[in-house]
Amino acid sequence: MSMHNRLGALILALLFVTESALAQSPKLGKPISEADIKQWDIAILPDGTNLPAGNGTSAEGAKIYAEKCVACHAEGGKGGASPGAGPLVGGAPLTNGIDTLKTISNYYAYATTVFDYIRRAMPFNMPRSLTDNEVYALTAYILSLNKLISDNDVIDAKSLPQVKMPNRDNYIIPYPDRI
Amino acid sequence: MINSEFVAGNGLINRRAFLGHGIAIAGTMTTAGTATAAAAEPLNDPQWSLQFGSTLPPLQIASPYEKDVVRSLSNPNGEFRNSHARTPHHLLGGTITPNSLHFSIDHSGVPNIDPAQHKLVIHGMVRQPLEFTLETLSRYPLVTRINFLECAGNSAPMFSKEPLQVTAQAIHGLVSNAEWSGVPLSILLDEAGIDRNAKWLIAEGADAHFLDRSVPVKKAYDDAMVAIYQNGEHLMPGNGYPMRLLLPGYQGNMNVKFLRRIKVVDQPAMSMFETKTYSQILPDGRTWRFHFLMEVKSFITYPSFGHNLKEPGFHAISGVAYSGTGRIAKVMVSADGGKSWGEAALQGTVHEKAFTRFVMPWHWDGQPAILQSRAWDEAGNAQPLRAEFVAARGEARNPVTTPLAFPNQHYNSITSWGVDSKGVIKHVYA
Repeated sequence: MSMHNRLGALILALLFVTESALAQSPKLGKPISEADIKQWDIAILPDGTNLPAGNGTSAEGAKIYAEKCVACHAEGGKGGASPGAGPLVGGAPLTNGIDTLKTISNYYAYATTVFDYIRRAMPFNMPRSLTDNEVYALTAYILSLNKLISDNDVIDAKSLPQVKMPNRDNYIIPYPDRI
Repeated sequence: MINSEFVAGNGLINRRAFLGHGIAIAGTMTTAGTATAAAAEPLNDPQWSLQFGSTLPPLQIASPYEKDVVRSLSNPNGEFRNSHARTPHHLLGGTITPNSLHFSIDHSGVPNIDPAQHKLVIHGMVRQPLEFTLETLSRYPLVTRINFLECAGNSAPMFSKEPLQVTAQAIHGLVSNAEWSGVPLSILLDEAGIDRNAKWLIAEGADAHFLDRSVPVKKAYDDAMVAIYQNGEHLMPGNGYPMRLLLPGYQGNMNVKFLRRIKVVDQPAMSMFETKTYSQILPDGRTWRFHFLMEVKSFITYPSFGHNLKEPGFHAISGVAYSGTGRIAKVMVSADGGKSWGEAALQGTVHEKAFTRFVMPWHWDGQPAILQSRAWDEAGNAQPLRAEFVAARGEARNPVTTPLAFPNQHYNSITSWGVDSKGVIKHVYA
């Protein structure tokens, strides 16, 4: 590279740096407050972050289940005919093979996932129609069907993240560099 | 003219024999005597040339003669459950999947979203939560990229112990490839002022599942985009209209459709889809989480199950190869079940994390053959052989009776098509 070319390259590099420093992001997003996002902010984290106030028991959940869930998931959470409405109770050991049906008791690592999914997606024909107390009660009912809690346990923002799920520590993160 | 040469067993021809050269058929091929076509008939003007044709519709669709080139449906009667539509790879050429044929999976139906009312919010661990619309995103300088999108459950029928006798569409139809245009997610996160301790984003859709997935911030700043165009037009409804997350090379379900919310957090949400459906059981009963990347893979689309070869002679073996890691480096093809391999030609520009079409000239001598393709990406990852793949990742214990089943996830091993002496093609394991 000649001296002249090197100088040219240096000037170009400097121009580029200056230009990027001046480059303006369009900034077309409208500011919004967390308070105004509240109705949408339904994501529950496994440590219990963002769980709402309220609570429920298995007995309360059984009544709601009979009314709003049993048509698809069948009596006692045994699972219905539709492939999406699989069993909510039981589950074979995962050592039975790669095609073992994944269930709450043999697979889920966190009980918060049960609450989160019911709250965002169930009932299938009427998502977001349950109150938070109803979601807690249904979560309690399903966890007690699986003997993961006692029948009389009250499930709320404090107790739910503490439910010990059998498969919690059975996970490997094969590619930690992707996180 | 150059002499063609066989580069591998059962009639595979050097790919260079066709690159801008004429070809002289080598002695072994002419003595087979089967490549010579019968003389053509005298020509007449066909009826369609002798009358005024149809005038143009505003939105054109394929010729009525292409009526079979459609997606196959898992829920054709519109039942109240999820639905899958698979791309007919065995009937397509090139690399771009037409929008009408792009694969789609919906867990709670396709929402009918008014783009003027749709909003995307970015909030959580940011300095200032922001709300975007299709109109505001459209004013950004968009980036355009060609990327494949693959469901983690694509090719899952191949976890079956016995090969299912179905088309490449039924086996591999949950991957497609398109040109996407949108706003780099990093720009929007920077505008919101992302907290340096943030590790994850929870991306959520506006469907009736409010489907959510956790995405590493690392991926967001690598090459993630909020896509608003698909092959030059706004997204198809089944592909996330009016906006979706695009995470090139990552499992389809993470590319959240109907994107309405990105919450910046410090831990993954462990949503149902990430902890259950899209994590995998290993043969020893342990489970994999956060696999994300769709690994290097290829499959032959022609000839494949459903295309019976009419006659011996010349055929161009063709298929697609792709890798979630980067560009395809090479594709090898075998016609003798993996005993010998020849390098295929790669057609057109090889894009990162996108379909590359490969082609391998082949002289079929009318004897049984087993066709396979095997891809390597630029990072040196090789598509695994089936035996080594299932040794590591397992086979379904229960019989797989339908290609709609998902016995496991992330299948990227080799597909084999067995040709018998009549030219009938079966799906085989070899």
